Parts: sequence; C-alpha cells; structure tokens
Amino acid sequence: MTASLTLNKITAQKGIGITEAANRVADLGWTPSYVQEAMTFPTDYKISKVARDPMKQVLRSYFPMQEEKDNRVYGALDAALRGDMFRNVEPRWVEWMKLFLAIIPFPEISAARSMAMVGRLAPGEELRTGFTMQMVDEFRHSTIQMNLKKWYMENYIDPAGFDITEAAFGKCYATTIGRQFAEGFITGDAITSANVYLTVVAETAFTNTLFVAMPSEAARNGDYALPTVFLSVQSDESRHIGNGHSMLMSMINNPDNHLLLERDLKYAFWQNHAIVDAAIGTFIEYGTTNRDKNKESYAELWHRWIYEDYYRTYMLPLEKYGIKIHHDDVAEAWDRIVKKNYVHKVAQFFSVGWPVNFWRIEAQTEKDFEWFEHKYPGWYAEFGDYWKWYGKKSKPGETNILFDQENGYVYPHRCWSCMVPCLIREDIVCDEVDGKIYTYCSKQCAWTHKVAFAAEYEGRPTPAMGRFSGRREWEDCYHGWDLADAIKDLGFVRPDGKTLVPQPHLRFDDKEMWTLDHVRGHTLQSPLRLLRELSPADREKSLAEYRKGFKIRSFN
Amino acid sequence: MSAQVQTAQLKSGAAGAAVFAGSESRKYNYYEPKGRKATHYEDMTVDVQPDPERYLLQDWIISFGDGRPAYSKDSTAAKSSNWHKFRAIDQEWERTHYQRQSTICGMIQNVIDNGRKSGAASRFDKTWVKVLQDHLGAYKHAEFGLGTATMQAQRYGYTQMINNAVLTNSSYKLRFAQDLTLYLAELGIDIGATLDTAAGKKHWLEDPVWQGARKSVESIMGATDYLEQYFAINLVFEPLVGELFRSGFIMQLAAAQGDFITPAVVSAAEADYERNLANAVELFHILAHEPEHAAHNQGVFNGWLAEHGALALEAAKNLQPIWSQPRVKVSSFADALAAAKNRIKTITTEVGIRAPASLTA
Repeated sequence: MTASLTLNKITAQKGIGITEAANRVADLGWTPSYVQEAMTFPTDYKISKVARDPMKQVLRSYFPMQEEKDNRVYGALDAALRGDMFRNVEPRWVEWMKLFLAIIPFPEISAARSMAMVGRLAPGEELRTGFTMQMVDEFRHSTIQMNLKKWYMENYIDPAGFDITEAAFGKCYATTIGRQFAEGFITGDAITSANVYLTVVAETAFTNTLFVAMPSEAARNGDYALPTVFLSVQSDESRHIGNGHSMLMSMINNPDNHLLLERDLKYAFWQNHAIVDAAIGTFIEYGTTNRDKNKESYAELWHRWIYEDYYRTYMLPLEKYGIKIHHDDVAEAWDRIVKKNYVHKVAQFFSVGWPVNFWRIEAQTEKDFEWFEHKYPGWYAEFGDYWKWYGKKSKPGETNILFDQENGYVYPHRCWSCMVPCLIREDIVCDEVDGKIYTYCSKQCAWTHKVAFAAEYEGRPTPAMGRFSGRREWEDCYHGWDLADAIKDLGFVRPDGKTLVPQPHLRFDDKEMWTLDHVRGHTLQSPLRLLRELSPADREKSLAEYRKGFKIRSFN
Repeated sequence: MSAQVQTAQLKSGAAGAAVFAGSESRKYNYYEPKGRKATHYEDMTVDVQPDPERYLLQDWIISFGDGRPAYSKDSTAAKSSNWHKFRAIDQEWERTHYQRQSTICGMIQNVIDNGRKSGAASRFDKTWVKVLQDHLGAYKHAEFGLGTATMQAQRYGYTQMINNAVLTNSSYKLRFAQDLTLYLAELGIDIGATLDTAAGKKHWLEDPVWQGARKSVESIMGATDYLEQYFAINLVFEPLVGELFRSGFIMQLAAAQGDFITPAVVSAAEADYERNLANAVELFHILAHEPEHAAHNQGVFNGWLAEHGALALEAAKNLQPIWSQPRVKVSSFADALAAAKNRIKTITTEVGIRAPASLTA
C-alpha cells in the first residue's frame, strides 16, 4: 500500500459542493398563491432585500456535527464525576449556579420560539435555513442546561434550590431580570425582539461575557462542567450572530428603517448592559474564590468583549450605513461599571435580599477585599464594612440583613424598565407615564419605557412595538406580607418545612441554618407604592434624599 | 496524658459530604410526573416555559402592541383545563433528538453513497427517473411547507411540552425536505442532464396533479391557529397525502423499477411520522377527552377535519395519474387510497373523533 493512499481517497466520489447544496435547499421555498402565510408577528420595519445565509450549512452536516459536540459534552460530565470534581469544587461558585441555571433555559428556548417570528419576515428562503438551525440549536441549549442543572442537583453537597428551580425562576425577586431578558426576545415588534434585541445585541455582544468569560471563572473554582457545556453552547452562537447580521443587512439600506434601528439598538444595548452585567458581573466577581491579581476583572473583560470586540468592530461600522450609534450610552455603561460600582452594588443588593433568594450567599472576606481593592481602587471604603456586617448577620438569631437597622443599608427602588433596582442612587429617575408614577435606574431606562415602548416613535406610528405589562415591581407582590409568610409562599423552604432554602453562609450544618422562625416578624413593603402615596412635594423630598445615597455604618 | 489527634475540617462540595435539612432533595419537585417516576425528558422540559397560573408570580411582563401576552390560551380555538398534562410520547430532548437525526443522516448518506458507488442510478428504469425528477421533486416542497408551518406553530403553544413536540416535528420535516433535495441533486450527478433537478419545483407550482397538494399545504401554512396547523399536518395531510405518496407510491413501486435507494431515503420520513403522529394523537386525545371542554374541542377538531380533510382528499385524488406513470406497475392508486382512508379512520378513532364518511368510505 502506498504511503499516499488514504481511506478518503478510496471512498470519495463526486458530490455537490456546499454553495450548491445551500442554493438548492434555499430553493425549497415558494411564494404561496392559494393561501397567503399569515403575518401573525407584526413589525414596523420594511424588509425588501433578500437576506443571505452566511453559514451555508445544511441539516445533513449539521446534525452529525451537533451530535459529536454533544458526545464530547456528556463524556466530559462523566469524566468529571469519575475525577471526583465535586470534592474540590468551590460551593461559593456552585451556589450562584442555582440562580444562573434557573434563569438561562427560558431565554434559550425563547430564542427558539423567536425564530418563528423572523422566519416569515425575510424575503427569499435562504436565511430560513439558518433560522431553522438556530431554532434547533436553542432547543439544544435549553435542554442541555436543564440537564447540567439536574447533574449539579444530583452531585453537589446542597441540592436545595436546584430542586425547585423552575418554580423559583417564576417567583424570585432576582430572576425577574432574567424574565425581562427572555420576554424581550419573543414579544413586541418581531424585528426589535427577535433580531435586534436577541441576535444583534444579546448574542453578538453579551454571550461573550455569558458563555466565554463566565466558564473561565467556573474552571478557576474547580467546576469543569460549566465550561464544557457553555463553550459548546457558545460554538453555536457564531451561526446565530451570522443570522442576525444578515437580517440586519437586509434592512439597513432602507432609510425608512433607520429611525427604528437607532431606537432598538439603543434600547437593546442599554437593557442588555443593565441585565447581563448585573447578573454575570456578580457571578464572576462575587461567586469566585480565586483572587489571582493577574486575572482580568469583570470590568476588564467587559472592555475586551463589549467595548473592543463589539462596540468598535460591530457597532461603529454600522455608521457607514447612516445609522446613528449611541456612543454616549456605551461610555455611560462603561462608567457605571468602573466608576459607579454597578456590579458591586448589584452583588450587595442580591446579598441584602438573601432571605427571598433560593441559593446561599456567603460573606466576602479579607482575601476578597484585597483583590477588589486592587482591581477597583476605593472598593474597600464603600463596601468593606458592608460585607463585615453581612458576615456578622449571617448567624441565626441575628436580625436578617434585609431588615437589620444596624448596618445602614437602605432598600432600593426597583427600575420599571430593566427590573434591576435603582442602585446608582444619584441616577434615579422618577417619571410619569399614562398618568402613573414610575422609578427607573437611569435616564436610558426611563426613555425605554416612556419613549421606545410606545405606540408612536418620533411622530411615526409604531403599532407593532411591545408594551410593558404585568406586576413589574416584585416588591408589590408581597407588600404588607410578613417575611416568613412570603418565603413560604415563594416555596423557598426545605423539605423539613421550616429551614430556609437560602442561607447567608456556606455552613452545611443544621445548627447554623436559618428557619422560618428566625425571619418572622418583619413586613415587606413596595417602595414604589409608598412613593406613589406621597404628595408631590414629599415625593421630591424623598427622591432627593434617595439620590444622596446611604452610608454603611462603621463595623468596628 | 494522651496525644490529641487533630483532624482537618472536611471540605468537600460533593453530595453526601454532610447531612442537613434538604441535603437529600435530589429531584425536581415542582411538577407531577406523568408516571410513577419523572422521566429525564420531563425533567428537561416541564415548566421551562412559565405560566402565570403556576409559578409566574408577576405575570407576563411584556405584551404585544395589541395587548396580547407572550403566551396566551387564546392562540388556539381548542380549550383545556390543564394545558400542562401533555407529555410527548417520543420523550425527545436535545440529546435524543440529535442522536436520532444524526443516525438518520448517516443512514441516508451511506445508502446514497453505496448506491452511487455501485452505479445503481444507471440501472434505474428510465421512466422511473422522470417520476422521481417530477414528483419526488415536487413532493419535497410539501415537506418544506409543513416544516415551516410547524416552525411557526412552535412559537404559540401554552406549554413547553407542546412547543417542543411541535419544534421536533418541524426539525424532522425540514431535514427530510433537504434529504430529498440533496439526494435528487446527487442522482443528477450520476444520471446527467436527463435528470432536470429544477423540474420538481415547476411541477409543484404548475402541474395540475400537484395543485391540490399545494393548496392543502398552503392552507396549513396560512392557518393562524397553531393547533389547527399541528392537527391538519399530522392527523389529516400526512395520512391522506404524505403517507399515500411516500408509502403507497414511492416505497411500494421503487424496487420494481430497479431503485433500492429512494425507498431507504423515504423510509426515514415514515419513521419520523410515526413519532410525530404518536405525539399528536396523544395531545388531541387528551383535548378530545377534556373533563370540561371535550364537546367543544371535538367540535373544533371536526371542523378542522372537515376543512383540511376535504382539501387533502382532493389533493390525494389529484395525485392518481402518478400511479400510471411507472413502467412496472405493482400497486394501484385505489389500494393506496383505501389504505390512506383506513389510516385516517384509525387515527381519528384513537383521538376519539369521527372522520366524515367522505374521508373514510
């Protein structure tokens, strides 16, 4: 046998090329003449140009490729168990996965659903093949993440919180931001939601922090499962980014669309920043025990992935099509992260609310303080004492920190738009929409509710645009409730009927764990309801006080 | 005096490293499994799409411009007192779906590759090649249309279980449409210019034989009720037209024309349909026997059956001339249609509704 002879040379025969295969598959579609397809998902955009499928992949090669990726994922999970991964994993990290993995499967499957919304919009059939694969990809992501969560539940020391996961997702005061994120993919104008918000911004920009940066931190905490699953998920994202860009290119040359594109890019970027940076920033910075000063902080990761990679190489080039890019919002998001301590304030808020969460949050310690101060100079002066108070108040018998009067924390207003509270106190906006008072974390979020999600935009009717609805302020749902009763109603009680699912520490010992009796006797209130009850003058006074912020009392 | 032995504090994040309240709670506990124990499929699927009547405390928080919420029971005319009851019979989640789809892709590719290597296409009956070109080529568009209709429908269902069953249905249909497209293109390489790969679409759009099928498919694509689409595809079009053509024509006649490849390619769709049908029958059986809305739902289903059944039956009858085209005739259209009518009779009986006599007699 000659050295140059290979099996491939023996078996190969002439086939059809990738481009030809993609063209033939694209030719499966036709324009109906007996009955028109119903446009049940409306858009105010005009789409006239045929969208191109940049990936040119067909299902014949897609399914075997995905099966191979799955085999690697599931093989790695088996190997992790054989290697006793959980013996060395950091519980501080896995606890935050109870929140993250409660949220993420719904946004993923929402992305699958949203492919129906864009599937009928693009003229021609070429991109529909891309949307088909994205639909199945997102089905993959949603169920592979449910599987990972079940795997943690079965093998991690404290399964409580994983065991109630989808019920908790629907009820928790923290997962509410994930619901805002996911519903943004599937409701309202089909292009706004399924193209700009989902693919052009969330997938193209923010999956890099979600699915690339966060797995790196997981590995530093002894968790090899999350990187295995999520880097496999991320490998599908390039296809989705291609779909989003191609759809965008089919609209961008029509000047009639520019106003709406500018609106949607502004809304989508700001809300992705507000939601994703809040959650992922907290997981990466506060869920880790690794305090290597040489590793990138979330701010540095953000600069690399969002500023350099997305803003400079994706958003800025859109200007050549005549689209105005909201440079000031990008700069403001950066300032919120590096100057206004956005992520740190979110982590503080999550920890204050631990009794109504469904995972454990332990106090940050001296080792953490040193790293934070190194990466974010001035951090210790603002947050050091708080975490010392938090550690002290983690013992059952102390007043839970949510109602503790000693430490000085003031419970925040909720942003009506992004659902993250108004944590940068000086930036709170109070405005009136349709005769009702609302609070917002920023002027951008106020604009989103008042201007973007409306029936008209800059004089142009926008009937397809979505509307904010539901009981958007979580606190309003339990206004006047005793904390213990609210926790029972939430279902955040362990099977013994008294011990709380959430705990403000990582001590896996019944003697150290909080029960309903420890938290009874405190009444939850809605800050917005209280604000609305004030006279206009008192409301202004209250807001002026709020903008001054609060000072954590000295711990010593 | 005795020596004190100091043991290092146990530090392990593994299950069983400590015993405390909730440390043994290792099952998803927020839903009722269909059987005695939850299946893996149920754990992957149930309640991922939330419901204000179960755990969605704050209700849907973004609505469409006209006030419709993200998901609404009003997206179908059918009613249920418990939309969460349905579980897909095929129990598909991502891993099982990719395994099955990938196996099918491998099977089809092997059959085609080995057939081509043996020069099989050159031994196909020449008349049969034209039948494949014109009619299998036309039929691939029907599969594509049904795939896009289910892609649309998977957005609307009130639960994750319904939507995922519709989604996998879409995935199977779209794969099969592509299977046929690429198979015919590869046949074209071996057969040469005598096989016109553009002819199929022309027949789909213009040939009177296919206009009933196109009208039937377009009616499904144009329906705005997602369950009407799912019903019309699996309970009406598939038995009366899809299976009629695939099983009743291609798979029965191909071997006699010297063609062992096409039946293998088409067989994958027959197996796909058995799974999609099982899911659909389960769902519509539940709805037809609903404790509160059985009569209403049976009325709705009978309406869909009458409307789409009439279109599908006309489509089936229009296909009759195709049976005369192969040179070697081993089965008749009458037999195939009788089998199709028997099939729809069986299906509707399983669901618990009555097919009109026009569809079964």
